[in-house]
Amino acid sequence: MKKNLKGRVALIIVVLLIFTYGIFGIPSGFSGNDLKEALTKRIHLGLDLQGGVHLILQVVVSEAVGDETDSTAARIQQDLKTANLSYSQVYKPDPSKPELIKVEGVTPANSNAVRSLLDSKYSNDYDLNSTDNDTAFTLMMKPLVERALEEKTVQQAIETINDRVNSLGVSEPRVAPYSLGANQILVELPGISDLDQVKNAIQSTARLEIHAVAGGPYQDEQAALAANSGAIPPDEMMAHFSGMSGSEADSVYVLQRAPIVSGSDFRSAEPSTNQNTGQRIVQFTLTDEAGNRFYDYTSANVGKAMAVVMGGRVREVANIKEPIRDTGEIEGAFSQDEVTMLSKLLRTGALPASLNFLEDRTVGASLGVDSIREGVTAAVVGVLVVMAFMLIYYRGSGINADLALFLNLVILLGFMGFSEATLTLPGIAGVILTIGMGVDSNVLIFERIREEIRAGKSASAAVDQGFAHAWVTIVDTHVTTIVSAAILFLFGSGPVKGFAVTLTFGLAANLFTAVYVSRVIFEAHLNKLKPGEMVSI
Amino acid sequence: MELFHGANVDWLGKKWYFLAFSMIFSVAGIISMGWHWAHPVAGLHSPVPLGVDFRGGTEVQVQFAQPPDINAIRKATDAAGIHDASIVNYDVPANHEVLISLPEQTNESTLDVGRQRIEDALHAHYDNPFTVRNVQVVGPTVGRQLERQAGLATLYSMLGMLVYLWFRFQLIYGVAAVVACFHDTLITVGAFALTDREISLTVIAAILTLVGYSMNDTIVVFDRIRENLRISRREPLPVLVNRSINQTLSRTVLTSGLTFLTVLSLYVFGGEVLKGFSFALVVGILIGTYSSIAVAAPMLVSWQEWRAKKGKVATLPAAKRSRV
Repeated sequence: MKKNLKGRVALIIVVLLIFTYGIFGIPSGFSGNDLKEALTKRIHLGLDLQGGVHLILQVVVSEAVGDETDSTAARIQQDLKTANLSYSQVYKPDPSKPELIKVEGVTPANSNAVRSLLDSKYSNDYDLNSTDNDTAFTLMMKPLVERALEEKTVQQAIETINDRVNSLGVSEPRVAPYSLGANQILVELPGISDLDQVKNAIQSTARLEIHAVAGGPYQDEQAALAANSGAIPPDEMMAHFSGMSGSEADSVYVLQRAPIVSGSDFRSAEPSTNQNTGQRIVQFTLTDEAGNRFYDYTSANVGKAMAVVMGGRVREVANIKEPIRDTGEIEGAFSQDEVTMLSKLLRTGALPASLNFLEDRTVGASLGVDSIREGVTAAVVGVLVVMAFMLIYYRGSGINADLALFLNLVILLGFMGFSEATLTLPGIAGVILTIGMGVDSNVLIFERIREEIRAGKSASAAVDQGFAHAWVTIVDTHVTTIVSAAILFLFGSGPVKGFAVTLTFGLAANLFTAVYVSRVIFEAHLNKLKPGEMVSI
Repeated sequence: MELFHGANVDWLGKKWYFLAFSMIFSVAGIISMGWHWAHPVAGLHSPVPLGVDFRGGTEVQVQFAQPPDINAIRKATDAAGIHDASIVNYDVPANHEVLISLPEQTNESTLDVGRQRIEDALHAHYDNPFTVRNVQVVGPTVGRQLERQAGLATLYSMLGMLVYLWFRFQLIYGVAAVVACFHDTLITVGAFALTDREISLTVIAAILTLVGYSMNDTIVVFDRIRENLRISRREPLPVLVNRSINQTLSRTVLTSGLTFLTVLSLYVFGGEVLKGFSFALVVGILIGTYSSIAVAAPMLVSWQEWRAKKGKVATLPAAKRSRV
């Protein structure tokens, strides 16, 4: 009984072609170099193989929460003043609890009015409580609101970092939330080995803010304290002036804590020079909403001083000459580099909070090249040893197993090419392991066929039974390995994920090659056998 | 060519030897882990030496143009005020590579200073051009996160196996397989403690793979036991289990042998980065193969004998149902 295998053989050839395309695409030629080039275009190498930088950053979200409550505290003061309700102070009592605002010194007579004002305006985002016989109120940011704000902050930070690394010309950067920890970001920059430049750009908290000046300049912090009778009010802060010239280098200003405009309020910024003085300046444009706010503030405070603060230091102090809406100039003592950097940072948006580096891995390109060489050597040796063994041990059927193994590798690599999965060094190890485990299916089937032959079955019956019996076991073994690989994929990071991916793809492909393809080869062989002749196994 | 044709070994009769063998290795591993626990590195208690990804800290892998002199490097770092660095040769001497590590920084904002300081010290005080091959700086937060994740992953992986085997066979098969698997993991991790090798993230990947691999071998034996149970229900269980092991012996040894060869190739040619990974697999595959014969199958029989003694019906659950 001869089986017609044309359809099945055609399917196998089509699969072979499809996945070969997956590996190489359409190469420009067939010389070794052309193929190599085509290969590298399709198979993405992980950072550990091509060299690059891997960072995990922690977004200090409490800063963003603190900024939010700072501006809320300022608004509360404004509202209380407008409503003519007296209070002694609005402040944040606990530095470790940035989500908490306290209003103190409300007279008992005004208590209800204050409560209803706070309740009507702030109860959406804050939980309101009264203490000290209704003469004080606390506003605590609602956990859900805080969580949303934190998420928004991380998202903003990701966008900003993305813009910044893009503007530095890193190819194929990856900036994404890092799932293992809260408020963490994963940054992968292939091909970068000089970390410092990138790192400075990413980390630069160069948050640009404009604050109202409450006092100063003073000689030093003591003088500033003395001028404020020993203590800076909680809604104000001290900031050092950081100029280029030495004389005013370390004078101290006292500023309103809540900024008038801050990082995310800037829409654009360009470096420029002042036509009259020739000084380097940065011209900025504010967003509409911030522009309105800025206009309200500057019209109400003509003649008063504003400070431009960057990185926590005062860079420029200017008096408000006239109301400003949405465009302005910063004319500080900037160096050329600083002006360029500043405008670049403002253009790409400021970081909403500062970042801490939790982890940093830099793989030099030379190590990557060595790793590829070593990994490929190990893989080639592994494949050859296994193939040679199968040929010796199973003779004719060894060819069958070797063909299946070869196709298994083609499908695995083709899959990597199609799915744009990343090949890492442990990933290469996964390929090598696939060879060892993949051949397991063949061994299971072949051993079973031998048993059936020993039991006296005919060649075709033995092949039939061998495949049928081994199939159950093969499914079980594949499922368990894929389960552990899947868990690795869920839990692992970077290189380890690459390992899980190749192992899973490899074993999935193995189901096809070791069972289906191998079977077809057997059938083809059986077709050629004379009656009573045995398969070579 | 054939090996083990018609093998007829009484495996179950040797179960006490197996038990002794397993105990010796497990206990040796546990004692070694205890020793490591009692000798914390930089104040960090751990049963096995941890790689930088778990332990935290800074590791700079430097390749020099000339053969490096560890003492001279130490002088250079000392001169630059770095006194807590560990400096060791890395990989084969021909590569001129040195691994310089600093202990964990507790302050995350200064995490990255160490790398720069090491580079500066070498530039300033050691006259031997170098390139930085690899840098790993890991803060305490990430290390703890990874440690937890690695533990959870191993646990979930075993649970997953248990559930699958429960579903495909019966609970006792799952339990026996998971015990064998745990035995393999313990001995493999113990081997790391004994040989003083660091467990890194990739080693965890290898161990998880072993969980899957060790299951494979066990399942092949179990599948055969199940099949034989269906065919000959009257055969005494120990005889039947012995026969099943012998029938699959050829396959077990062959596949393990082949996988072992590929892993060995990885260990020999795969380079320093994958040494720990391939070591775990080399040890694990040997142990995994052994345990499916010597731990999992005898457990099934012992369980059945125990049930028989308690007067329950003495049947090993054959498969609930088996296709074929």
